[in-house]
Amino acid sequence: METLELTQEEQFQARIDADVRIEPKDWMPDAYRKTLIRQISQHAHSELVGMLPEGNWITRAPSLKRKSILLAKVQDEAGHGLYLYSAAETLGASRDQMLADLHSGKAKYSSIFNYPTLSWADMGCVGWLVDGAAILNQVPLCRTSYGPYARAMVRVCKEESFHQRQGFEIMQTLCEGSPEQKAMAQEGLNRWWWPTLMMFGPKDSESPNTAQSMNWRIKRFTNDELRQKFVDMMVPQAEFLGLTVPDPNLKWNEAKQGYDFGDVDWEEFWNVVKGNGMCNKERLQARVQAHEEGAWVREAALAHAEKRKQREAVAA
Amino acid sequence: MMTDSTMPAQAPAAAPSETQAQLFPFVLQLADTSLILAHRLSEWCGHGPILEQDLAMANIALDFLGEARSYYQYAAELEGKGRTEDDLAYLRSAVEYRNPLLVEQPNGDFAVTIVRQFIYDCFHYHLLLQLKSGPDAQLAAIAEKSVKEAAYHIKWSSEWVIRLGDGTEESRRRVEKAIGNLWRYSGELTTPSATEQALQAAGLVPDYAAIQQQMAAHIARVFEEATLAVPEGVFMQKGGKDGRHTEHLGYLLAELQYMQRTYPGLEW
Repeated sequence: METLELTQEEQFQARIDADVRIEPKDWMPDAYRKTLIRQISQHAHSELVGMLPEGNWITRAPSLKRKSILLAKVQDEAGHGLYLYSAAETLGASRDQMLADLHSGKAKYSSIFNYPTLSWADMGCVGWLVDGAAILNQVPLCRTSYGPYARAMVRVCKEESFHQRQGFEIMQTLCEGSPEQKAMAQEGLNRWWWPTLMMFGPKDSESPNTAQSMNWRIKRFTNDELRQKFVDMMVPQAEFLGLTVPDPNLKWNEAKQGYDFGDVDWEEFWNVVKGNGMCNKERLQARVQAHEEGAWVREAALAHAEKRKQREAVAA
Repeated sequence: MMTDSTMPAQAPAAAPSETQAQLFPFVLQLADTSLILAHRLSEWCGHGPILEQDLAMANIALDFLGEARSYYQYAAELEGKGRTEDDLAYLRSAVEYRNPLLVEQPNGDFAVTIVRQFIYDCFHYHLLLQLKSGPDAQLAAIAEKSVKEAAYHIKWSSEWVIRLGDGTEESRRRVEKAIGNLWRYSGELTTPSATEQALQAAGLVPDYAAIQQQMAAHIARVFEEATLAVPEGVFMQKGGKDGRHTEHLGYLLAELQYMQRTYPGLEW
């Protein structure tokens, strides 16, 4: 028994090493399955909760065009949530259970959405910075070892790059606008810069899951590698916009051909993870409330479908 | 002076004819109606009862928003005073808004949103069918595009009325209550305002009697399947199309227009 199990595991790892995609019906180690369910459902929850901070500005968008783009973007996020819940379902997780875990606080979602959106510039910052960071995290996932997840991510990434462009365009319009608008953009960057750097997760030295996830090719870059990449990508964009990145230690390092930058406030990071961010309570409450207030609607839909089925059975 | 028939039918840069210019208040009314309903639906975004329905409502909101923008752009052209779609949407007060009362009513629970949507869809779909073969080419073109979307909307809201009416006891109670509250706003849709009467007399706006019959027939069919009763003898409220609104519109516009009012004259 023991040897057979080992062989299966070895075969599995050999497929991973050869970059062969794992599909729903393939044998997989329990821990691989659990890790993926955790990661994919967290990702789906992040899409769902991520609708709220931007949804906060749909009714106040400053022009009909912006309103339309923002609404379409938030709608895309709902769509991403759907693809991802479906991908997790292929691993045997049920949507009801995943949602129950979100609502009970057992399952996590991206901490970035626990920050409030306070001005129109935040719609720019969320698109430009938050979606920018999400893309860096997600592009490697298009090649992740689990097939349904990788395929869902190909679709997600296509739409995310459109989201990032619209965010940058909001920032650009603000920066080319009145002094008031430029100040709004800078104030937004000041608030969003550090939380965005936190999106890549804890330092490699403190990220317990990284090694195993890299080995399974669920993850392809470490947190610190991606964070460095993000800073190197964003600093020139901020300069182009004429904005100042709020980090006094930011400095080009010729030798490493990248920027040196200050340390993230890890105390704040862990605080928000633990539920003490500005909006943790509101975000979760909004989801729970939508779910509870929607219960009678879901029941009605089921009851009606059942009645219809019975009537058709009688008629047949 | 050239008569209308000798003018090129769709010269985009040409100034609107006098006949067309009369349509301005009507096109503006259609624009306001689509925008206000889109705004209400967009308030659901992220809070829907089922993820799939969250998506559906955002989708319908986007359709109405797109339709509103087409009407506003055309209205701006008809007015010819250099106002833009955003000027018309963001810089007019509640008393200048011309939407019927129904669409400004708050979302309430899902049943209220569905009933509001269903009543408006019944009118909207049948109106667009008429406008798409109407005398004004631009309005016909907008209607042609929008009627495809409206056909989906009326299917979606009809199906939900049926599910809620013929679902559980609770859903039935809620949908009946929503009908009880909203029915009084249904009559205004097909009761022509003075402006509409004049345009109807000129043959520019379709007759509402036929639309009212088509609406009633569709509602009767759906309510029957939903095992719901069509209310009778309800006193009908009106005034929205003349700028006399319920108290809800002011708050909606305060939110909608917040940025443009706080930072006048800027590009976003």
